[in-house]
This record gives sequence, C-alpha cells and structure tokens, in this order.
Amino acid sequence: MRNPLADKVVEIKPSGIRKFFDIVSEMKDAISLGVGEPDFDTPWHIRDEGIYSLEKGKTHYTSNAGLVELRQEICNYLQRKQGITYHPIKEVLITVGGSEAIDMGLRAMCNPGDEVLIPQPSYVSYEPCAVLAGAAPVIINLKAENEFRLTAQELEEAITDRTKILILPFPNNPTGAIMERKDLEAIAEVILKHDLYVMSDEIYSELTYKEKHVSIAELPGMQERTILINGFSKAYAMTGWRLGYACGPEEIITQMTKIHQFAIMCAPTTSQYAAVEALKNGDVDVDEMRTAYNQRRRYLMNALREMGLECFEPYGAFYVFPCIKEFGMTSDVFAEKLLAEEKLAVVPGTAFGDCGEGFLRISYAYSLEQLREALKRLGRFVEKLRKEKQ
Amino acid sequence: MRDELLTIIEKNSRIDLKELAVILGVEEIDAVNELEALENEGIICGYHTMIDWEKTDIEKVSALIEVRVTPQRGQGFDNMAERIQKYPEVQSVYLMSGGYDLMIILEGKTLREVSSFVSNKLSALDTVLSTATHFILKKYKDHGTVLSRKKEDEREMITP
Repeated sequence: MRNPLADKVVEIKPSGIRKFFDIVSEMKDAISLGVGEPDFDTPWHIRDEGIYSLEKGKTHYTSNAGLVELRQEICNYLQRKQGITYHPIKEVLITVGGSEAIDMGLRAMCNPGDEVLIPQPSYVSYEPCAVLAGAAPVIINLKAENEFRLTAQELEEAITDRTKILILPFPNNPTGAIMERKDLEAIAEVILKHDLYVMSDEIYSELTYKEKHVSIAELPGMQERTILINGFSKAYAMTGWRLGYACGPEEIITQMTKIHQFAIMCAPTTSQYAAVEALKNGDVDVDEMRTAYNQRRRYLMNALREMGLECFEPYGAFYVFPCIKEFGMTSDVFAEKLLAEEKLAVVPGTAFGDCGEGFLRISYAYSLEQLREALKRLGRFVEKLRKEKQ
Repeated sequence: MRDELLTIIEKNSRIDLKELAVILGVEEIDAVNELEALENEGIICGYHTMIDWEKTDIEKVSALIEVRVTPQRGQGFDNMAERIQKYPEVQSVYLMSGGYDLMIILEGKTLREVSSFVSNKLSALDTVLSTATHFILKKYKDHGTVLSRKKEDEREMITP
C-alpha cells in the first residue's frame, strides 16, 4: 500500500506536553500544577443561559461568522475594555476557541515561504499552524533577563525580506509575561517600518495583575494590520465551551470566514448564547476570579522565594516560570524526577520552545489548598537536590 | 485591602495569618492590625464553624418561624426582636418585608422542644398576632457552602 500520510503533517513534532501527559496519566495519586485552564466552573448565570437556549430549541446552525448579537457584544466589550472600535458584521469572526482563530488567520494570510515570527516560549500551536499554512516559522527566543518580553531589537534582528506576520502572545502562556504600553510602542515602530502584520493572541487579556491589559491594536496605525484573537476560555472559565473570536481588517476577516465556513460551518450555538450572557453580565465574575488568581500568584511567588528558586515576577495569565538551571539538569529530567519522587506534575519549559530549557511552567489555576500541598512537595524536592549536590 | 480581606476571611476564618498577609500582598503586621480593627469596629462579629449535623449522631431540629407582631409606638419592631433574640435556641432573627414581620430560625434538640418554644414562649408574648412554623427537612446549601460531598478536580492533569 502507498503511504497514506502527508509528509508535512508527519514531520511536525508531537507536542512535548503530550509526551509528559502520558507519563503522568500512568501514575496513580499524582497531583499536578500542570493545567492550562481555570479551576473555576463557568459562572452559573452563563451556564444557565446556555441551558435556556437549549430549552428554547436554539439547536441549529448560526450564521457562519456567528450570532450577530454576540458579535455586537464583542464589539461593545472591546470598546469598553480596550477602546478599540470594530464593525460587528465586517470585522468579527466567532471561532471554535482562540485556537481555531490562530489556524484560520495563518491560513488566510500566508503564502508559501512567508515567514511568521513566533516569540518563544509560547503556546504550542503557533508553529505547527504556521507550517500547515505553508509558511516558514521563525522563532524568536525571548530572554529571562527581559522578563520574557519581546524587545524591538530582538524583533528587528529576526526580520528578513520574507517576514510577513508577527505572532504576539501576551499575556503569555507559559511565562506569565506581559507587554506594557511602552513595550508595545517600541515594537510597533519596527512593525510599521517593515510593513508587518500582527496576530495578537490576547486570550489572557483579563488576567493581568499590574496595569490593565493593553492591546497592540490600540496603538496608532496598528489596528489595520492586526488580527486580534481572544475568547471566553480563560476570562470566563469556559474552556469546554470552545469559543473564541478574531477581529481585524475586513479584507482578512472575510477570507478567514470563508475557510471557517467550509471547514467548521459555525461555532457551537449553545456556547454562543452563553457567551452573550458572559459579555453582558460577566464583568463581576471576571473581577472575582482575577482577585483569586492574584492571591494565588502572590502565594506561589512567596513560596518560590522561600525555596530560593529564581523567578521573575510574572504579571499575567496564571503561570509562573521559575528557573531550575542551578540543579544542572534539563527541564525534562527535572520534571520527570519531580514526578517520580514527589508525585508532582509540572510542565517542562521546553514544551513551549527550546529556549524554555532550564525553566518550568507552574500553573496557579488551583485552590490554595492544592497549591499548599504541591509547594510542600516542590520545596522538599528542591531541598533534597541541593543536599545531593553538596 | 479591607474588602479583599473580608471576602477571604468570610470563607476561611482559620487562614494562617502569615498566609493571609502573603496572598493580600501586605506585611503580616498590617493584616493583623486590620483584623483587629475590623473586630473592634464590630464588622467582624465572630468566627464560626460550619457543621453538617446530619452527618453526626447528634439530633437537631431546625425550624423557620414566620411571626406577625403588633409594632409598638416609637419602637417599631426592635423591642420585640430584642426580646426574642434572648432565647438561646433562637439562631437568627430578621425583620422582613411582605406578608409577615419577623423571621426566626430556631434550632432545637427535638420536635417537641421546638413546638413548646412556639406555643409556650413565642405565642404567649402579647404583641404576637400569629406564627407559622416550617420545619427544615434538609439543608442543601448553607452560608454559601454546599453541604454535599466536595467536588473533585476533574480536569486533565496536564494541558497546554
């Protein structure tokens, strides 16, 4: 028989997370700080609205781009939160999670050989999606000494004649890094100079603990060259509903909608009705969850400081990214040993790019009780390693 | 800090003070002082424990009693409420809008103890016009806490 598979797909490395997941699932009674989703259940009034839509028989397709009412609410939200104006009919596409928006955006914009700049460490799907879109991913290795922010110089150095898109993943998973207005202004200059497009993945925009999130689309001249991606998973604890969106220039959104129409049809209808309620009446829930995450963030940072683990203070998402280079082992080995000896799962930094070597991603989307137990184990482990080294 | 502290302590009054300070992002001494101030101002009125008595061998009967009373000149319902709240078996007294005036939540050891309170003590008060007693059959959620089994963390162990 002939080879049934596409080389392009086979050549994509399996996710580093997947490999580690398999090890963890084998282990009984392990505890984890490895989760990339909120521990909160979706607020009840949002779930209730989804249920009500089912009761009313709202069980059909919506228009391809999504319910007009939801697109309008998204525009109201972005106006309210970031002060950016989008046209609800022409410039918004509702997608199956932010992930689909990344895929659709890259497929709509990339020609063969176009270079897509991907700062790492970052979410696992940008690189494979760029490859599947026929583009050439170019990695920018972010540095701990810059608190894993993207600098204008790093950006400038990565640009070639073929560079078309910069992916901007902030607030960042896995580092927790944010880009403040001044940081964005610095890179916007380079983007304008080289006539690049930006795919700004702002899925964690509601979870910042310093200044309010700034979108690069707010800056002069940037909205017309930015695809803003966001969604409901992190802000409203709605991961399982699979709902996100992309906003951007009509020209791009139209083409994204075309692919979405053929590949997906429309995002889940129940989720869309629930999301309308989230945007209308969910600000309070978001504030409450943000306060809780911030408390855990402080708790976790304090615990890491007491252990003497080096870690910059992250101001976004729900991750911290401590450095483990002092132990002289790779992130993979550290994580595997930690799991074997203390039954605690964390994700090796390398799952998010080679430059994550020497770091771990620790999630604080856990209750204080869970964190307390997990950090006890991590502290004990670190202590033991230091003794062994002496 | 005050609002956030109250929200935390309302859910967990046993939180370690050092930990409380850490999650609030303040010095321990400041958290301690704030707590003391809140106690002195009567904003924090006590630190109680939620007990699901049904899971123990101890018998308890709770009832919710609606009371209609004649308000007194110059006093309204305050005198009456103060009088009722002196009984130790009375857990809560609320002044209500609507079809009746005071709502009492009563906790007794037996059914007889509750009915004796209503007939001998409460109804005997001369300003009480009428009472309606409802026994609580089962508590599902109390003080914002669901009393059934704790929910497990059902998320996948590792996700990107």
